[in-house]
Amino acid sequence: MSAERIAVVSAGLSDPSSTRLLADRMLQAVIDDLAGRGVEASARVFELRDVAHDITNNLLTGFAPKQLAEMNAFVAEADAVIVVTPIFSTSYSGLFKSWIDVLDREALEGTPVLIGATAGTPRHSLAIDYAIRPLFTYLHAEPVSTGVFASSSDWGGEADQVAPLQKRVDRGARELADRLAETGRTEQVDPFSPEAYLGEGGSFADLLTELPQR
Amino acid sequence: MSDTSTQMQFGLMSVSDVTRNPLTGETPSEAERISDVVAIAKHAEEAGLDVFAIGEHHNPPFFSSSPTTLLAYIAAQTEKLIVSTSTTLITTNDPVRIAEEYAMLQHVSGGRMDLMMGRGNTGPVYPWFGKDIRQGLPLAIENYQLLRQLWDNDVVDFEGKFRTALQGFTSTPRPLDDVAPFVWHGSIRTPEIAEQAAYYGDGFFANNIFWPKEHYQKLIALYRQRFEHYGHGTAAQAIVGLGGQAFMAKNSQDAIDQFRPFFNAAPVYGNGPAMEDFTEMTPLTVGSPQQVIDRYAEMRDFFGDYQRQLFLVDHAGLPLKTVLEQIDFLGAEVVPVLRRELADRRPVEVPDAPTHRARVTAKYGDAPARQPRPNANRGDNVTGGSPYQDTPAPAGSAFGVGR
Repeated sequence: MSAERIAVVSAGLSDPSSTRLLADRMLQAVIDDLAGRGVEASARVFELRDVAHDITNNLLTGFAPKQLAEMNAFVAEADAVIVVTPIFSTSYSGLFKSWIDVLDREALEGTPVLIGATAGTPRHSLAIDYAIRPLFTYLHAEPVSTGVFASSSDWGGEADQVAPLQKRVDRGARELADRLAETGRTEQVDPFSPEAYLGEGGSFADLLTELPQR
Repeated sequence: MSDTSTQMQFGLMSVSDVTRNPLTGETPSEAERISDVVAIAKHAEEAGLDVFAIGEHHNPPFFSSSPTTLLAYIAAQTEKLIVSTSTTLITTNDPVRIAEEYAMLQHVSGGRMDLMMGRGNTGPVYPWFGKDIRQGLPLAIENYQLLRQLWDNDVVDFEGKFRTALQGFTSTPRPLDDVAPFVWHGSIRTPEIAEQAAYYGDGFFANNIFWPKEHYQKLIALYRQRFEHYGHGTAAQAIVGLGGQAFMAKNSQDAIDQFRPFFNAAPVYGNGPAMEDFTEMTPLTVGSPQQVIDRYAEMRDFFGDYQRQLFLVDHAGLPLKTVLEQIDFLGAEVVPVLRRELADRRPVEVPDAPTHRARVTAKYGDAPARQPRPNANRGDNVTGGSPYQDTPAPAGSAFGVGR
């Protein structure tokens, strides 16, 4: 079996950012968990800051410049995706949502997703469940039940001692690894293959007798 | 090898936007812009271009809600120019009205017309005409199926999902010489539309304004492959058209300086990417005529030999004088060289661009074309089984018997 492809998207804005730090930890935990099961994984980590202008240009012109197009293609073909966004004004950041808005609507269909978020205060910890998770439900992605939220204090001495950050990271990683292990590699459908849009009959005449449902 | 003048058609496609000129701050009136567009189309013919196409929109700041009226007027003012659309809305127009209006245009233009089907780019256009945008693709499929029948058959019975049923309906006038207008299907993302074009053996047009080009390559490759699959010829014989954009001056720095204020304020890309980035990412070429030649001579390498190249030149508030200069550059410097260069490398089996005359010859050879003459009006509007004199009434036909 070939290596699982994992796409990591971090919407952190500063460099270094705690969002990226969390993303790296989540990825490492997934890779370690998979390694424990004898499954190889390869990953690419993307920073939305690097394609922030491309995202705006895509919104304005309707098409993705090369760097963004390549990133989106990798995300669409990934076996699993890890997304991490800072919480701004009680929700995902505007840049993160803008990226989702220019991603193909079908790009994440059926893809297991591990969600992470960072914020200055633990009082935003539910944002994953009321704001971010519904977004991925809408996209027909498959977000695992644990979302990993890290507030500034999680990185220091005031951290949650009962369920420390790394424990939550490991739990989310295990769920994502479970999903990857049970589904194996996602079959990618080429939207340009006639079988994909014509069905079994293989002729446009079939669409004339039964109009497509889209 | 056929004459290079008929292998490929070059022309203009206009969106019909009425846009403020960012240099003067003036917005042309609708009246000014409409009369300018007529001048632009006439100048295209004078400069040696083959085609003028106009879009269809139903909201300001666009004026082209009634393409056949405008195109009929342009056809009447020109001798050789082919008038076309970019695009005609197959989703929200009644296919019966498309059949009638474009057959009429075909007659008054002497066959110097064709049309391109599209699904529209303004969401509300669907509800304005009582349609549901989520049904865009099914509408395009069913409406075009009916349109084909209306042009190809004198009498049509039709029952579909979207339109009131037709029993014994005849669309008039019948197509000129009983040869339906040539149809292009335009799409920027939908494989089903490429499939539709291939199924009917129609042309496929990629507006090609927004890249990455890999996307259009996939669509056109799919169309070519399915064209062959449905038995209309080899993949290389499929009929392909491309859009494009250019702005020229004698030397390239002048072109860049002159076009930048229009680019920066243009509705489509204004405040977006820098012009340098956009020209690198898309076929928009801002520079000398030679740069435009080099850029567009490459298109066949990406998409195969093709039949029609349309340029967008009259947009973003560019004044008429500038647009006419652009047409002169195309006619005098760019198109003659492209015709020659593309012809040199064009394999013999690649068909010429479609024209009414060639399609009539293909259908009838040297024999005269069919000219339908209706039977006498029987005092009602029901045409029944056989409205035309050269069509025998089917046995048992209630209306045809005893005429």
